[in-house]
Amino acid sequence: MLELRDITKRFGDVLANDNINIRVEPGTIHAIVGENGAGKSTAMRIAYGFYTADSGEILLDGEVRAVQTPHDAIRHGVGMVHQHFMLVDTMTVAENIVLGAEPGSAAAIDLRKAAEEIRALSDEFKLSVEPNAPVESLSVGQQQRVELLKALYRRARLLILDEPTAVLTPQEVEEFFAILRRMRQQGKTVVIITHKLSEVLAISDDVTVMRDGKVVGRVRTAETSAEELARLMVGREVLLRVEKAEARAGGEVLKVRGLTVSVGEGGRGLRDVSFAVRAGEIVGVAGVEGNGQTELIETLAGLTPASHISGAVQFEGRNITHAAARQRRELGIAHVPEDRHRRGLLLDFDLAENSILGDHYRRPAVSTSPLLDLEGIRSRALGVIRDFDVRPANPDLPARALSGGNQQKLIIGREFELKPKLLLVSQPTRGVDIGAIEFIHRKLVALRDSGCAVLLVSAELEEVTSLADRLLVIYHGRIVGEVDPKTTSHEEIGLLMTGGERK
Amino acid sequence: MKLLRELLFPLVAVAFAFLVGGIVVVLIGDNPFEVYGLLLGSALTWPDGIGYTLFYATPLIFTGLAVAVAFRCGLLNIGAEGQLYVAAFATAWVGIKFGGTVVDVFGKPVGYGWVTLPALLLVPLAILTAVVVGAAWGAIPGWLKARFGAHEVITTIMLNFIAVALVSYFTQYFYKAPGDPIMQTVPVGPGAHVPRLGAFIPGIPERLPVSVAFLVAIAACALVYVLLWRTKWGYEIRATGANPSAAEYGGISTRKQIVLAMAISGGLAGMVAISEVLGYRHRYYDGFSANYGFTGIAVALLGRNHPVGVFLAALLFGTLIRGGIFVDAFSEHVTKDLVEVLQAIVILFVAAEALFRGPFGRFGLLKRSKV
Repeated sequence: MLELRDITKRFGDVLANDNINIRVEPGTIHAIVGENGAGKSTAMRIAYGFYTADSGEILLDGEVRAVQTPHDAIRHGVGMVHQHFMLVDTMTVAENIVLGAEPGSAAAIDLRKAAEEIRALSDEFKLSVEPNAPVESLSVGQQQRVELLKALYRRARLLILDEPTAVLTPQEVEEFFAILRRMRQQGKTVVIITHKLSEVLAISDDVTVMRDGKVVGRVRTAETSAEELARLMVGREVLLRVEKAEARAGGEVLKVRGLTVSVGEGGRGLRDVSFAVRAGEIVGVAGVEGNGQTELIETLAGLTPASHISGAVQFEGRNITHAAARQRRELGIAHVPEDRHRRGLLLDFDLAENSILGDHYRRPAVSTSPLLDLEGIRSRALGVIRDFDVRPANPDLPARALSGGNQQKLIIGREFELKPKLLLVSQPTRGVDIGAIEFIHRKLVALRDSGCAVLLVSAELEEVTSLADRLLVIYHGRIVGEVDPKTTSHEEIGLLMTGGERK
Repeated sequence: MKLLRELLFPLVAVAFAFLVGGIVVVLIGDNPFEVYGLLLGSALTWPDGIGYTLFYATPLIFTGLAVAVAFRCGLLNIGAEGQLYVAAFATAWVGIKFGGTVVDVFGKPVGYGWVTLPALLLVPLAILTAVVVGAAWGAIPGWLKARFGAHEVITTIMLNFIAVALVSYFTQYFYKAPGDPIMQTVPVGPGAHVPRLGAFIPGIPERLPVSVAFLVAIAACALVYVLLWRTKWGYEIRATGANPSAAEYGGISTRKQIVLAMAISGGLAGMVAISEVLGYRHRYYDGFSANYGFTGIAVALLGRNHPVGVFLAALLFGTLIRGGIFVDAFSEHVTKDLVEVLQAIVILFVAAEALFRGPFGRFGLLKRSKV
């Protein structure tokens, strides 16, 4: 169906695609995996005509085609869904889908006809999208299906999906995969760009692995394993399983009693949550996203308005229920936020400036001077960069210039600098390369072993079960159970996560 | 190097503006080289051209800085105009009340002073008044935003009307010299005069209106730079502007920063009084501001909200104002409106780039889907 032959693409000094060959068989789901910056997206953008290759050729249905623009690609039956959706929120589904390909005459768009066609397509693939609903009323998962419809409406036979599951909850991922399988059944070809190995194994027929702009392997999914793919991606053996000793838990550091947080925007709030975290242990919180995890961490970090909170939070015996964020930091509570772009970083600030956020007013300037100690900040930033292997190791770069994994390492390094007694950490490895995941996990375990209490929230079941010493399950804002991560099964947690009773 | 890169786009915008302006001049029927020669020649010759250019640039440095500081905190201060009016009146009031009795050219007393303070006390007091009153007026919309979430663009515009009307009222009914047909207060005492540069720098003719206020403006640029990039307060202001959620996460009270930034912004706008009241007119003159507050937005935009950029942009705008007068008077067909055309094109080009980046960038308008 699609073949990239000897494609090379340079961006300035960077060789994004180095003489790569990718062949996608018709009627299959083909995964392209690799770490961030491996060149997967570049390759597919070339196939879609977003970029033009410096050399090499693109074959569609066995014939060499000039794909100079997305228009050419669409004409040859190629569609692409980007990681960030290109939808106009205030317009309806149908209006969004016909945008740029409006049926009817130039003056009068035949929206009714379009809506009918869209409904037919939606039914054919069981997408259950209502053409007349405004996009802003749809969930993220539904919006993604609108993007799929957009491509299908333009008669795409090959769909390229760039990190399609990054924004989806586990259930939405399941639904989404079911849709992809139906598409394959109907004879469509799908290329899915991802770095999540479990998904590759679950959905694809073939895998192409990329690293540093090169194709380093092509395997049949049925004949490979997560370990092999990880090794190909990273170029060395990777420990997918966390190695840690038995926790030596001390006294209670954090104690939460009857914590209730009224419903925030898009969340479920918290209802009567009670638990404790002891020094030297990692307590995990598992649950489907949007069940109160965000509210839990933000409330403990002091970021929820006091009027929304009832119940009591104690830190080392001191009542901090209504303490301000700054006060909590001074007490020794560090926080790695779930959304590093929204909460964790000042993207336009340089790494040095980012390395002092939250601590900027006391250290490294020990004096009471209002002036920033630029030298001290710089040397401290260099320390974080060195200890946490942040690349590129240049404190003058804006945080925006870093990959997700390196941004996350910078945040974690910054929070570790506080020498916290309690670390609140949410989604520590979301959108992070496999190599960096291993690194972050090791650091978290090391922090635990140094006697810090850690509260870990993650949507990755694998992550919480392997890191946590005790595991709480949250559902609809309540803690519905505690399980021992060493003996529990994914089925047991999964049942609790979705509101089922424990067997 | 970094500075050069930052300056590149504004310079290109200015060059393009002159190019397009040149075409306009041709269409009107004049020779663009002559017109530009006139414009730049009149504005950049020593001593009169440069003296006046710096004089015109001074208030724009203050308002440009005012807008830039607010912008660094993520706020669009459209209220510099109102802030400078209120501050200018208050400054004049201090100069009148503490400046002793003033006599006019016929020896008739026209001042209403309570006491006579020496210049050494009165000038600092008057400058302090300009800053404090401007800051207070600026803090109002800041507080309204922090407390109630009222958008500062709306509140600052509204406060502009209130400010202008309020000072007009006081001027008309309380502080005008009896029988004076002009809407202006009685003059401030001589102790409240900020000297012209020519008064103590040999080689600069004293007829030139550029005053010590220009030096104060340079100092203000330096202070704003130090404040924003070298202090913890500036860090908090910029963090709030760059990403309020992350600032909160870092334990910064964004509400406090909003009020603080608006107060600093208002204080800087109020410093226009040093140039216009203390340094030039020596009284409050109703409607004295040639839209300094609004032009300050353009200056800040062109100057990339950086003190150095603001300074250079204000010099450019000062040049255009000075040169425009001569173009108006001495060119065949072209009027000083050409200057506004040039300003408009500069802003258009700079704004067109700003559409693609910055906190008010296009993603604010054409929102990507929620992730």
